[in-house]
Amino acid sequence: MTSLKLLVLCGLSLVSCDSFAQIDSTLLRRTSKDTTKMLLNMDAVYNRPFLSVGKSPVSVGGYVEANWQYFGTKGFTEGHQFQMRRLTLFVASGISKRIKFLSEIEFEDGTKEINIEFASVDFEFHPLLNFRGGVVMNPIGAFNQNHDGPKWEFIDRPVSATQLLPATWSNVGFGLYGKLYKENWVYAYEAYLTNGFDDKIISNAQNKTFLPATKQNRDRFEESFNGVPLVTAKVALRNKRIGELGLSYMGGVFNKFQSDGLILDKKRRLDVWAIDFNTVLPFFKTYIKTEWTLIHVDVPDTYGQQFGRKQAGGFADFIQPVARRSIFGFEQSVINAVCRLEYVDWNIGKFSETGGNIREDFFSIVPGVSWRPTSLTVIRLNYRYNWRTDILGNPPSKTAGFQFGFSSYF
Amino acid sequence: MTNRYPGIRIWTILFCLLTIGLIISCEGLFPKATPDDQILDGPVKGLNETENLLFLRGDKAFNGRVFTTENGLGPLFVATSCGSCHPGDGKGHPFTTLTRFGQVDENDNQYLSMGGPQLQNRAIPGFVPEQIPAGATFSKFTPPANTGLGFLDAVSDANILSWVDTNDANGDGISGVPNWISMKNYVTPRLGSVEQNGKYIGRFGKKGATYDLLQQTATAYNQDIGITSTYEYLDTHTGVQFDPEISNETINDVVFYLKTLKAPVPRTENSEIFSGKQLFTTIGCNKCHRPEWNTGTSSIAALSNKTFYPYTDLLLHDMGLELDNGYTEGSAKTSEWKTPPLWGLGLSKNSQGGLYYLLHDGRARSIQEAILMHGGEGLQSKMMFLSLSEDEKKKLILFLESL
Repeated sequence: MTSLKLLVLCGLSLVSCDSFAQIDSTLLRRTSKDTTKMLLNMDAVYNRPFLSVGKSPVSVGGYVEANWQYFGTKGFTEGHQFQMRRLTLFVASGISKRIKFLSEIEFEDGTKEINIEFASVDFEFHPLLNFRGGVVMNPIGAFNQNHDGPKWEFIDRPVSATQLLPATWSNVGFGLYGKLYKENWVYAYEAYLTNGFDDKIISNAQNKTFLPATKQNRDRFEESFNGVPLVTAKVALRNKRIGELGLSYMGGVFNKFQSDGLILDKKRRLDVWAIDFNTVLPFFKTYIKTEWTLIHVDVPDTYGQQFGRKQAGGFADFIQPVARRSIFGFEQSVINAVCRLEYVDWNIGKFSETGGNIREDFFSIVPGVSWRPTSLTVIRLNYRYNWRTDILGNPPSKTAGFQFGFSSYF
Repeated sequence: MTNRYPGIRIWTILFCLLTIGLIISCEGLFPKATPDDQILDGPVKGLNETENLLFLRGDKAFNGRVFTTENGLGPLFVATSCGSCHPGDGKGHPFTTLTRFGQVDENDNQYLSMGGPQLQNRAIPGFVPEQIPAGATFSKFTPPANTGLGFLDAVSDANILSWVDTNDANGDGISGVPNWISMKNYVTPRLGSVEQNGKYIGRFGKKGATYDLLQQTATAYNQDIGITSTYEYLDTHTGVQFDPEISNETINDVVFYLKTLKAPVPRTENSEIFSGKQLFTTIGCNKCHRPEWNTGTSSIAALSNKTFYPYTDLLLHDMGLELDNGYTEGSAKTSEWKTPPLWGLGLSKNSQGGLYYLLHDGRARSIQEAILMHGGEGLQSKMMFLSLSEDEKKKLILFLESL
């Protein structure tokens, strides 16, 4: 029912935008994007192409992505799959000069998942002191806040971001952020207290410690599972010539340790550290985007080793522009040769019974080509080959295939 | 074309070479199917469309369904899914090895009120896992492979009994007796089942204490995962009756899946393997590890009246003091173990993390070690194995690995 209401609301807003357009399309204008090299991953939510109508303080935008894929595993295939991965709508409003509102609503796989990914009000007091509240994206790693499909050259989101970290991961809460510009440098921080995880991270159908399982908890925008805030904080610095480095932390209690004043368990913590770095190699002009995450979860000793206490993983994207030319009339279109390497280990440790390594890991290589007819649109052809090894380290399950699709802001 | 990037040529060449390479090796772009003789999972040949659907349903329940606190896990448990203990339908790993305790002779388990017969060594948060009660003897059980169980299930009791040699009448040092067990009230005896003093022949489990795959499945859900059903309705933690946490339909889907998993396909026989096969008979391994069997009539046509090669006699044998853990089930003595099928032995490593964990508790780390741990009725064959030349031993082991 909630999904239906959201659909109707979004539909109405689209119709409403369209009716404005019918009045006088010249009133529509693109909000200017910051094209300086001083933007950080944490700025991604605001650095999006918005369309505003006349002098209305409200601007709208969004992106859409769809693809075809053909994968095979052990000689078997699911055949040709056409997927509508995402339709995302942004609505932003300048409530006053220093109070802004931004929201992002995402429809995944048609209407299989409908999520409010972001819905916050920002109060600007000073460049170093801004207050944000509402549904915020926890600033862990780089991808979580900078996840828009058109910004990436790969059809799949990084496995380490979606199956190790729970991107897109947002929660209700409040926090502060600020920035300091100094010559070629920009320094920034973000810190939030939000609702957090729950015990699904160690009790889920994945049969492993799996942070994204907590997203099944539909109540997390309404109430905290255990009443203990999740702390998320990030510091980032960027140099115009060198690139951006981000260090982030997210931690809190994930289990229900008491109810009605009765103690049920000890407080069990989850701690996540992430480092992200992106740069452009000076000679080759190769874009490199990387992120690495370490996770520690206080899994009960009684649970055995099926559920990992330590996890790690990350990805590295290499994007090499190979041509910039007019193609089919798209001036300034760019063709990139791209490659992603990614690795995730959901269970780092040794079996107490044998002393052997616990596996449960994943590695993939994703070469591809992308064509950007405009900066807002990307057409992508990816080939993926991945190896998934079970907890015991038995011969890996290999999957490979092609994907072709597009992602575009609108 | 405007070349604004200094490194463009190198990257373009690399990209073109990569693309050409990928196209040339197009077949290699998709992972190939694993040859049938290299994997244990997959259905027996000859299932009809309906049976294929039932097999897939059972496969999904067995390998895909994970139990959590929300759908009934525990509160005490050993594993969270069937597939955890039988990866790829193969043998399990010490990580999921079961421990059973409390029965020392053919009389019932004396520790049922203290958590017996099986130790649930894991628990959901807030609960305490079981411990073996003081004074109770115990044994560990590595989960066996699931393959070909339908063939073993379709063998007639008369066929099993034809190999019994209770008093070693032929004087070869090997007897072989069935495990006579009490029948669970939800189990229906097979047509032609032999009854003796109200007991029936068990043919599944390391001690042969389980009558059929329904009992095996319902008990495993209950004892291993803590899932109650209309068949096994007692909660392993409280010992009281719980509402069913799994449907009869799902249990029967899993039973059908286990019945229709294919028998392991032997790897290609070469001269060395052939020599090893002859040595297997020469040193008397075949006296317990009976190569050939025939099924009787089965409701599944693909299993009906078939010849198959499991290398077991489904009977109990005294394996000597070293393999006597002081624990037993049914009418078996503590030193008696049911002859384990040897089919699929060479593929064990593919489900045990690349290593061997053989014999009932995984104590043998190689096939040779397993042979050398044979005692009791297996002692004579072990001694003959020791008398073989290194080349002959190698051939025998190659044969065993080819099964």
